[in-house]
Order: sequence, then structure tokens, then C-alpha cells
Amino acid sequence: MERGGAAPDRVYLDYAGFSPVDPRVLAVMRPFLEAGIGNPSAPHSLGSEARESLEAARSKVARLVGGATPGVIFTSGATEANNLAIRGVALRGGDRPRHVVTSAAEHISVLNACRDLEKGGGAVSVLPVDAEGRVDPEAVRRALRPDTALVSIGSACAEVGTLQPLADIARITRAAGVPLHADAVGALGRVPFAAEGAGLDLVTVSSNDLYGPPGAGALWVRPGVKILPQMLGGGQEGGYRSGTENLPALVGLGVAAELMRAEAGHGEPARLATLRDRFVDAVTVSVPDCRLTGSRADRLPHHASFVLRGVKADSVLLDLDLCGVAASSGSACAQRTGTPSHVLRAIGCAPEEMEGSLCFTLGRWSTLAEVDAVLDRLPPIVTRLRALALPAPR
Amino acid sequence: MATEPKVIIPDREIDCIGLFCPMPIVKSREAIQAMRSGELLAMLSDDPASDADMRSWCQITGNDLVEVSRADGVYRFLVRKTR
Repeated sequence: MERGGAAPDRVYLDYAGFSPVDPRVLAVMRPFLEAGIGNPSAPHSLGSEARESLEAARSKVARLVGGATPGVIFTSGATEANNLAIRGVALRGGDRPRHVVTSAAEHISVLNACRDLEKGGGAVSVLPVDAEGRVDPEAVRRALRPDTALVSIGSACAEVGTLQPLADIARITRAAGVPLHADAVGALGRVPFAAEGAGLDLVTVSSNDLYGPPGAGALWVRPGVKILPQMLGGGQEGGYRSGTENLPALVGLGVAAELMRAEAGHGEPARLATLRDRFVDAVTVSVPDCRLTGSRADRLPHHASFVLRGVKADSVLLDLDLCGVAASSGSACAQRTGTPSHVLRAIGCAPEEMEGSLCFTLGRWSTLAEVDAVLDRLPPIVTRLRALALPAPR
Repeated sequence: MATEPKVIIPDREIDCIGLFCPMPIVKSREAIQAMRSGELLAMLSDDPASDADMRSWCQITGNDLVEVSRADGVYRFLVRKTR
């Protein structure tokens, strides 16, 4: 591949942390912020316009998920959708939560919702993952119990990018009659996805991961799967998520979902995967003692994550930032606590590797020139920091 | 002759009951930063993950995890600030 032209000053490779909102999404949202079309429950004509717009957004999200439109429950984001899925299924129909199966590599909103059930008397099986962060479908089968209410396994591990064998897991859960929830935040629009066809029962959607506005998301629920509402009030969203809908953001989510589907049809995931592969190949060659985390073959197309020995991620990220590159360590929790992330612990990373975890996520506006700019800037930063970390010669 | 049980009185106690990862560690870190070397922090948590998290955090930071006890689903961690 040719080099990508003049080096840009600023390079943004933290799309999984926050994605810029697509200008086409913003343009559609604007009238909903300015013209009074706001409350889908209002009795006047602006209310009925709002209702129609909300339902149009619902169909667009359903098309991206690959499921029936009435199954879409709008939420404030993926964290709320994960909580609604896990608590909503596990707490329904009984005086105590039942058994839930999940994995050690899930998003913290999934793990914490499960731990909360555990505190309330429920049982949780946290399955181990292999060195690439993958769940063994047979381990799911072995973990199922007569009182299992739900299996919750994400489509991909957000921290190391590995895609989970969801179709194989779904075959097991369908046969056992246990609902399967997938947090599909990174995967939707980036890998082929058809919730109903694949046998999924609940799917978490995040607006911002689709280049939609932050603060919006959805939980898709297969018709017939019963959940207990977690937000009580005026009965919006079919009674499953009360509170006046955030219409501008949800209309934006609808457009973002439609654009994601269209761009997937025009080869955007393949473009991202090509850039990602170039980046991974070059980093693992030009930076010594650095290895890719997660699967090489079965991973999100926009995701590259590494562990580097002998250097702290915080220092690398600071130096990258100083030379115009925004990236992340892959885990906001770990960054806040200064401890290794639960995913790196789960995949069995060596202690000396865990402090040097870097995550680069590409997006719709990533270019070859940007990738090459990071490839030029990263290796000297790591070399310099490693030299500083060495004891001074006597 | 029976000996009196050893009672350890912490210099500071923080209540993280109801909070989940990462907050028990975030609050422990804030508390320890404001303490003097050698002082003892008690942290209460009912997050099932806090046992593994506190052990990992103490190992990384070098603080001394003096005692871990659990009663009625609530962990009590005693950490001595070492630096």
C-alpha cells in the first residue's frame, strides 16, 4: 500500500471511546431541537409528528439489528440497555433473582449488573475466556442450570476486539430455551448481524458507536421475551422504559443506524479492516516487545489493541497526545483505579504487560495518512520512554 | 487464660457499600492519598468483585493489605499505607 500523503497534525484513534457525530445525523436532528417537535406523547399535531418520527427511528434501529420493529426499546445508552436486559430478565417472575451466565471479558455495565443480582441472592456464573478473550460455547452449555434465566455474552470484547462465537452460543441457548443477550455495541454495522436469524433474544445498541449523538441507545427484545421494567413512570416505550423519549437524540440514532447499514453495504468495514491490518502489522514489527491482544482473524474491523512490555500506557498516551494523537488504554475503569483491567486479567496477561495496554480504534473519518502518521510517531515514543525507565549507567 | 481478641482501630474508615467497581478502589485511592504513611484505612464494600480488586490494587500500589473479613455480605478491608 502506498503511503497516505501529507501527515495530519491531529489524529483521532479513539472512536470506541467517543465517536464524532456524523454531520448528516446532526442535520436531521436540528429541527427536532429547534421547532417544538419534541414530545411523542403530546396530544397536538406536533406530538403526532414526534410520534411518527420516533416510530421511523425505531424501524431503522430494528433493521440494523435484524429484528422486529416493536422489539426496540429506546434507552439513554448501552449501559442502561445492558442493565435493562440483565435485571429485566433475571428479576422477572419470582421473589429472588435466578441464575445468570456471563463471561469475565464483558463490559463493566454487564458485570456490575450481574454482581448486583448476586448481592440480591441470585447466582452468577462468570465464564473464563481464552488468551484471545473468547468464550467457549461448550462452557456456556456446561454452565446452564434448570434455573438459568439469561446468558449475557457481548458480540465482541470491547477491550481486545475479539468477536465471540455468538451463533454457536445461540444454538445452545435456543435448544435450552434460555434467552441470550448480546451487547452488540462495537459489532453493529461493522460485522454481519441479524439478531432474529442468529437466535439472539436481546441486543444492546449504542447511538454514539454508530456516529449518532451520545446519551441514546436501545435494547432490542425478541417478541415474546418478557422483561421487568427498570424505570417506572408514565409508561413510555410500551411501559418498559418510562420517561419522555429524548426525541432529537433518538431521531439521530435512527439516521445513524440507517447510515451505518448503508455504509456497510458500500464496503466501509473492509476499508477499516485494511487500515487496521496495516497498522497492526507495522506496529508489531516497528515496536519491539509489543504484541496484539485479542484475535488476529476474528476481531472488530476497526479495533487494534496491544500490550507493550517495559513501558506504562499512561506515559505513552501522554506523549502521543503531545504529538497530536488521541488513543486510549482500552479501559476507563482501569485508568481511574490505576489497576490492570479485568479483561487483561481474564486473558491471562503477564503482570509486566498489563501496565502497557494500548487501544486504537478507527472510524468513518480515519485515513491512510492518519494511520501512517501514528506509525511514524509511536515507535520513537516507546523507545524514549523505555530508555528513561532503565536504571542509569554507573 | 484466654487472651483478649486483637482489636485494630483504623485511622480512617470509608463506606463503599452499594458502590461497584471501580468506585471502591477510586475512593480507597483518594482516602489513602490524604493519609500519612503507616496509617490504617478501613474500607467497607459489598461488591462481590472488591476482594479480587483490592488484592490487585494493594499489590500494584505496594500498600499493605493487613486484613480482609466478611460478615453478612459486607467485606471489611484493612489497608496500611506504606509510602
